[in-house]
This record gives sequence, C-alpha cells and structure tokens, in this order.
Amino acid sequence: MDISSRISGNTLICYIRGELDHHTANEIREYIDYNLENNPVKNLIIDMSELSFMDSSGIGVLIGRYKKVTALGGKTAVVNENKQISKVLEVSGIYDIIFSFPSIQQALNEL
Amino acid sequence: MNIQNYMVLEIPSKSQNEAFARVVVAAFASQLDPTIEEIADIKTSVSEAVTNAIIHGYENSDGIVYIKCSMGEDDIQIEVTDEGKGIEDIEQARQPLYTSKPELERSGMGFTVMETFMDEVEVYSTKGKGTTVVMRKRFTSLKNNKG
Ligand SMILES: Nc1ncnc2c1ncn2[C@@H]1O[C@H](COP(=O)(O)OP(=O)(O)OP(=O)(O)O)[C@@H](O)[C@H]1O
Ligand SMILES: [Mg+2]
Repeated sequence: MDISSRISGNTLICYIRGELDHHTANEIREYIDYNLENNPVKNLIIDMSELSFMDSSGIGVLIGRYKKVTALGGKTAVVNENKQISKVLEVSGIYDIIFSFPSIQQALNEL
Repeated sequence: MNIQNYMVLEIPSKSQNEAFARVVVAAFASQLDPTIEEIADIKTSVSEAVTNAIIHGYENSDGIVYIKCSMGEDDIQIEVTDEGKGIEDIEQARQPLYTSKPELERSGMGFTVMETFMDEVEVYSTKGKGTTVVMRKRFTSLKNNKG
C-alpha cells in the first residue's frame, strides 16, 4: 500500500494504491487525519483508481474520515472505485453519505 | 458436496497474512474457472473471516488461524477457524452494524459482507474455545459454459 496527496483549494485529494484491509488501515487513517488537521482544507476526495482491493476495514476508515470531515463542515467523496470495492460500499450503505464520482475533476466541481 | 480437491492452510494471527490467505484461497478456487466477480467475492469473504479471527478471536495476540477449502464439481466450501475467545451471542454478532470494537473503527459489516458475497454462511462458536465460519459458494460460470 502506498498513499500520497495534494491539495486543491479547500479540498484534500488522497491517492491510495494497493490494498485497504486491516493490515494497511492504520497507516491510511493516520495519514489522512494528519493531513486533514495540518492543512486549511475541509473536503476530502479519495482517489481509488489504483486501489485494487478493499474489505470492511475500509468501511471503518471511510466512516471515521467522513465524521471528521463533516465536523469541519466539508464533504467526502470517492473517485473511480473498482467493481469489488463498489460492491463492498454498496452493501454497507456508504453511498448514502459519501459521494462517488468517475473523475477527480467532477468531484471537485460537485463538492 | 462431492469433494474433488481440498487444501489446508495454517497461519499465525498476523495482519500481514490477511492478504496472503485471501490470495491463496482465490488461487485454489480459480481451478473451477470462476468469473472475476466470483473470485473477488471469495477474496473479500476470506479477508473478512480471517480478519475477524485475528482482531476478535485472538484480539491481536498470538494464535493460529486455520483455513480449510474443499472443492466440489462447481462449488467451494471455505472454513476459517480460530481457537480464540469465541462469540457469546452469534445472532447478535451477525446483525449488520453490530460491532464489539467500535473504538477500533470497526463498522460491524464483516458478516453482512460474507452473507452477501457467499451463498451460505454458518457460524459455530464456543465461548473461550474459538470460532469456525463455514462459507459456501456455487460458481455459475461452469454451468453456463457447458450450456
Ligand atoms: N472470530 C471471532 N471471534 C470472536 N468474535 C467474533 C469473531 N468474528 C466476529 N466476532 C464478533 O462479531 C462481531 C461482528 O463481526 P463483523 O465482522 O460483522 O463486524 P466487525 O468485525 O466488528 O466490523 P467490520 O468487520 O465491519 O470491521 C464482532 O464485532 C465480534 O464481536
Ligand atoms: Mg469483521
């Protein structure tokens, strides 16, 4: 797993590559929280183009970040998740609270 | 199930083995020529069961996770066993959103994911002794190919 980020306006954009499971969840959680706390941002976009796998550990990570972002008055979105991941997100009902977009540009326009 | 093939895997309860376990089971299941989606369902469900054994069964202490897979003509059975703390109320544990570890940011969706992605999920558990999750899935691709 590998994570990086950039900032666009008041939005933090995170790129997660590899797999999001119990083994990698902590590092992802800490990375995103650190960057949310130390930058003048309120929205969060997670680019999943290169995330190949996610299980319920990822649901926990997303809901936890959603709560932080909501407390900042911002919105949370995921971008370009694969079929396996969207099935997990669908089952968990997360699409009711977290937006999904096919591209970062569209996410930036809509948030 | 008319067993055609089987395999057993024994791993210490380390989180880096979660990816290994799901990849091994997926590779074994691929003998039945499943669809990409069916393989992804297997991988995700194995990940849930193995992760539960490590987090809840052993509560991140040292233990062994046993994985046994049996293959029929067009179906697979996967058993994931731990000798950890066990589940007191299985019915409650299987409820969507129920988690005993909210402080670890668990969402309580693991069993729901397994139930959605597999055809059958059975849970056997004895408090203080451990837990076995048995999951079964029938692959549709074979029948379709034989048409
Ligand atoms: N192998 C196990 N040993 C002991 N308890 C278990 C085991 N597997 C599950 N449980 C119990 O069942 C509950 C529900 O499990 P489930 O996988 O659905 O959710 P979770 O693991 O808490 O959260 P998530 O899977 O969404 O991260 C757990 O919180 C735990 O109390
Ligand atoms: Mg779980």
